Amino acid sequence: MKVIEVDNLRKRYNDRFVVDGVSFTVEEGEIFGVLGPNGAGKTTTVECVAGLRTPDTGTVKVLGGLTGEVLKEKLGVQLQSSALPERLKVWEALDLYASFYKTSVDPMALIERVGLADKRNTRYGKLSGGQQQRLSIALALVGNPRVAILDELTTGLDPQARRDTWELIEQVRADGVTIVLVTHFMEEAERLCDRIALIDSGKVVAVDSPAGLISRIEHRQTVRFRPSGPLDDTVLKALPEVTGVHRDGDRVEVTGDGNLLLAITTALAAAGVVPADLRVEQVTLDDAFLALTGKKITNGDAR
Amino acid sequence: MNKMILTEAKLFLREPGALIFAIMLPLGLLLVLGMIPDMREISPEMGGQRVIDNHLPAMMTILAVVTMALTVLPGTLAAYRETGVLRRMSTTPVSPLRLLAAQLVNNLVVAAVATALLIGLGHLVHGTPFPKSPLAFSAVFLLGTASMFGLGLLIAALAPTAKSAPGIGSILMFPLMFMAGMWIPRELMPDLARQIGDFLPLAPFGQALRDTWAGHAPQTLNLVVMAATLAVTGALAARLFRWQ
Repeated sequence: MKVIEVDNLRKRYNDRFVVDGVSFTVEEGEIFGVLGPNGAGKTTTVECVAGLRTPDTGTVKVLGGLTGEVLKEKLGVQLQSSALPERLKVWEALDLYASFYKTSVDPMALIERVGLADKRNTRYGKLSGGQQQRLSIALALVGNPRVAILDELTTGLDPQARRDTWELIEQVRADGVTIVLVTHFMEEAERLCDRIALIDSGKVVAVDSPAGLISRIEHRQTVRFRPSGPLDDTVLKALPEVTGVHRDGDRVEVTGDGNLLLAITTALAAAGVVPADLRVEQVTLDDAFLALTGKKITNGDAR
Repeated sequence: MNKMILTEAKLFLREPGALIFAIMLPLGLLLVLGMIPDMREISPEMGGQRVIDNHLPAMMTILAVVTMALTVLPGTLAAYRETGVLRRMSTTPVSPLRLLAAQLVNNLVVAAVATALLIGLGHLVHGTPFPKSPLAFSAVFLLGTASMFGLGLLIAALAPTAKSAPGIGSILMFPLMFMAGMWIPRELMPDLARQIGDFLPLAPFGQALRDTWAGHAPQTLNLVVMAATLAVTGALAARLFRWQ
């Protein structure tokens, strides 16, 4: 069942279309990623989905066309850059937000669930960034929503807090909540999302599973090693699997396809050379994004 | 709604600086200034009353009200907008208008408590009479406080940043309080200053409090100016207020 249907959405600010003909659908129970660099129009897109902004043209249909308060009952939203009063305690925030919904989950159980049980009497302003994010997720879930939109959830978190947050999201999905995850972290999208909409300059570049996106680009691998002795590049270049050999100091970088690693190690053994620091690199979502948009995302910004 | 008011009230009490300032400063001034012999003597310029009969307590009442309305209220609301508290609420089925309403209720309660303390302790310590027309006094208090809240909401709507909101409020406070007679009773002002004051938002509030304190009916012009202030600032604030 389609939970969200976005069709040819456009939104203009000051003569510039920040969202320029975006279409995608989200299926029930999936984690759907909206991935792109800063300024690509991700947040504006999901704000239109959440009913917080009105699109200039195009249609958004959530849960079969709910709008207004009825929609907000069923849709949990965690927005970028929205805080709580500094002096509000964790349990008070959840208790208050629970009172906004006709049906809500037990706030105390939710506090337990997001791992803030020992922080229930702590003020919002005294929580760490990761704890604030987890409270924010809890607030998005307290109304027992069918769909949750989570925007730039792990930006600014340390790696451990990020992994904890990812686990939490996987648990939430396991409960049957459909999740729309807005992110510029490739690793996050690759790890969590069932499908991803790649967005660049207000347009959808591709919608596919992470593996599907990766398989769209030339299936290429890179093998790096340090030869134990002198090695003639032609030994490697003669192999059918190899497409290129580069040297970087005493390191050799070989690109190619097929069973590249086996071909190289066999050839090196025949030449009497031992490969040290041997590494194989697979294509990642980063490479796919670069291939599909011509841009690389560094700290959220497209380069 | 009750939970929202209660939550906002708790937040208020956790930041007692503003409350102490709004309640204790006028109260302290009333108790200390009321000991000055001149304030306790019948003065012909004041129409045969003592300054502590109604001028001083009425001035302290408007000081408490404007402190809440022009600095505390706009500061809180502008901060709620800036940090995204209002935006966050707009994703729930409940409108952030309720948060605004809860804020108004709490600010009103604080102003009312401050006024009750001024009346009660003024009576106990200095023998200040109770307001002689309590109903009219209460009505004037509500109307005047509402008009100041309107002005406060307008400041919250126009302030570019959260930090600037209370600053703008304080800058407005001083000329308004001056014209209301905070430092020089209006009886002692030149006619022109008094006439200008009649059309500024705060002086009519102070005047009407004094009139009803002394048992007179409030002047129509004063009531009209207060009501007009409320209508204009309220409408402008509603139009200009941004949720994010």
